[in-house]
Amino acid sequence: MTMTRTSVFGTILLYSTLGLLAVLFLMPAYMAVVTALKLPADISLPSAWELPPVFNWSSFADAAAMLRPNFVNSVILTITATIGSTVLGSLNGYVFSKWKFKGSEVVFTLFLFGMFIPYQVILIPLFQTLRAMNLYGGLPGLILAHIVYGLPITSLIFRNFYSQIPTALIESGRLDGAGFFSIYLRIVFPLSIPGFVVTSLWQFTQIWNEFLWGICLTRHADNPITVGLAQLAGGQAVSWNLPMAGSIMAAVPVLCIYIFLGRYFIRGLLAGSVKE
Amino acid sequence: MAHVELRKVVKRFGSVEVVHGIDLDIRDNEFLVLVGPSGCGKSTVLRMIAGLEPISGGEVFIGDRMVNHVSPKDRNVAMVFQNYALYPHMTVRYNMGFSLKMSGKSRDEIAAKVDEVAGILELGPYLDRKPSELSGGQRQRVAMGRAMVRKPDVFLFDEPLSNLDAQLRTQMRLELRKMHMRLMTTTIYVTHDQIEAMTLADRIVILKDGLIQQVGTPIEVFEKPANVFVARFIGNPPMNILKGTFKVIDGRRCVAAGKSVFPVPAGGDSLGDGDPVLIGIRPDAIKMGDRIEKLPKEWLCRGEVVVSEILGGHSHLEIVVDGENELLAEVEGRVVAHPGEIVPIGFEFDRMVLFDPETKEAIR
Ligand SMILES: Nc1ncnc2c1ncn2[C@@H]1O[C@H](COP(=O)(O)OP(=O)(O)O)[C@@H](O)[C@H]1O
Ligand SMILES: [Mg+2]
Repeated sequence: MTMTRTSVFGTILLYSTLGLLAVLFLMPAYMAVVTALKLPADISLPSAWELPPVFNWSSFADAAAMLRPNFVNSVILTITATIGSTVLGSLNGYVFSKWKFKGSEVVFTLFLFGMFIPYQVILIPLFQTLRAMNLYGGLPGLILAHIVYGLPITSLIFRNFYSQIPTALIESGRLDGAGFFSIYLRIVFPLSIPGFVVTSLWQFTQIWNEFLWGICLTRHADNPITVGLAQLAGGQAVSWNLPMAGSIMAAVPVLCIYIFLGRYFIRGLLAGSVKE
Repeated sequence: MAHVELRKVVKRFGSVEVVHGIDLDIRDNEFLVLVGPSGCGKSTVLRMIAGLEPISGGEVFIGDRMVNHVSPKDRNVAMVFQNYALYPHMTVRYNMGFSLKMSGKSRDEIAAKVDEVAGILELGPYLDRKPSELSGGQRQRVAMGRAMVRKPDVFLFDEPLSNLDAQLRTQMRLELRKMHMRLMTTTIYVTHDQIEAMTLADRIVILKDGLIQQVGTPIEVFEKPANVFVARFIGNPPMNILKGTFKVIDGRRCVAAGKSVFPVPAGGDSLGDGDPVLIGIRPDAIKMGDRIEKLPKEWLCRGEVVVSEILGGHSHLEIVVDGENELLAEVEGRVVAHPGEIVPIGFEFDRMVLFDPETKEAIR
């Protein structure tokens, strides 16, 4: 088989466009890496794109030392809030798809509205609510806020996921003597691992990367890593190598999760789109 | 061991009533088949008995207990679903033992019970496989096994064979029948397939649009259908229904269809001379060849063959009598008849059923 002239040309065009776009997308990452590896004195706007004259690996150690408390906060925040919103969302989805009650569709629709509320819009009421609950300023308040805010999307994902589980399985379970929770634990949960992967990846990314609530709702000691990074970059004489090194390290957890769980993510998103 | 009783059972989905007050008595150990076209409410009735669907009106009894408000797990019924509904993440062993586990039986007890049932169903070699690693017939057996381990009072089946190919279906039908003879448990079986109904049932219930049309043994509903619907639904090919007239000639009851007039045996006491009727004749009540010799002369006539099909042991022929009445005949042997040929045929009029053309109900 010989390729026709036009298809060779098309392939070249396609790949050069893709290559160009890849370079464009990787430029900030390149900038972050080279800047992180420079000594503060070597950093200047004219030489911003050049490779560092001397490699300054200590930027990473320094940034890590400074960001450590924020990193720990973020890990606690993200893991608990992800687990909380995913587990509750899964229970909601289970009820919305398999234990429909009078008005459950209305409740579900109201839940969906929650997805379209931006973080900024509820910032002030959220602040007031947390203060009234005596949760303002600490991690528990922020965790609660993220759990509640995540419920609409997690409930939606799980409801759609569970609607693929044949209702006859649930009914079979009921006839076999299993109740609401044992059906969930023994039948529905084991079948929903892909749903959990998709949802928790989504929530993990959202919560890890969130900045506004982090800065507004927690006091300094409880700031998540996004806020810590911003503080590294604040002030007058910024050593840009530090926030750059910090950003790279802050991106590592999310990156790792996608590398290791990414294929489940795709599989989960596609689940049910192809009928057996 | 339990009889099941439905009293004026009604089911509404929202404002739509789909089951309109059904009375039914299912005897202890009986194999009862609910049959009817798709959408007539068979599954709904079954699910109300199982407790999966709330009852909108009337009462359901299992044994002597009114179960309207008893939850499914406390009714001691087991159900086999059309798509089997096996738990995909559990092995056959766990699938079968699940209900026992839920009822808090000990590990040893569960294992013993599962092994016993697996032995009966010849599932022993597959106990550690997942449902996805089984063939359709094996899955079907696991579903039955899962229902059997609990020794339920009532077995409920909802079209359990409809996902199998024709050959396997015939085989499983026999196994089901054997299973019932062995276990002697009250069984309610839903199907849209009248052959399944005829072959499996002690009694058949024919349902249409949420109403019971007839309850009877397979032979009763075949030979004495209560109305035209049952006559056409049970039996394949379906019963021939001809427009005709009831006549009394010289004090003898006769039916006239087209130009032919046939004296008939008992029946039609309520009819008078000249009343219009529908005449129902089963295809196998039409005889040809030397088979007509046993029939009274007055039940014979001639017909023109339109098409003939040979199906191995028997043949189907479409025949036109008097140039207007089309009949389908199912005759024994390989009858080779050419289209257009005029052949002598005979009717077993003692098996004829008369229907009222208005109400479509059988006239006794
Ligand atoms: N959950 C439901 N909501 C609304 N209508 C239903 C529901 N289930 C069944 N029906 C309706 O009830 C009728 C009987 O259904 P079903 O019992 O499933 O019929 P069959 O099993 O005889 O095919 C059908 O018209 C069907 O559309
Ligand atoms: Mg059905």
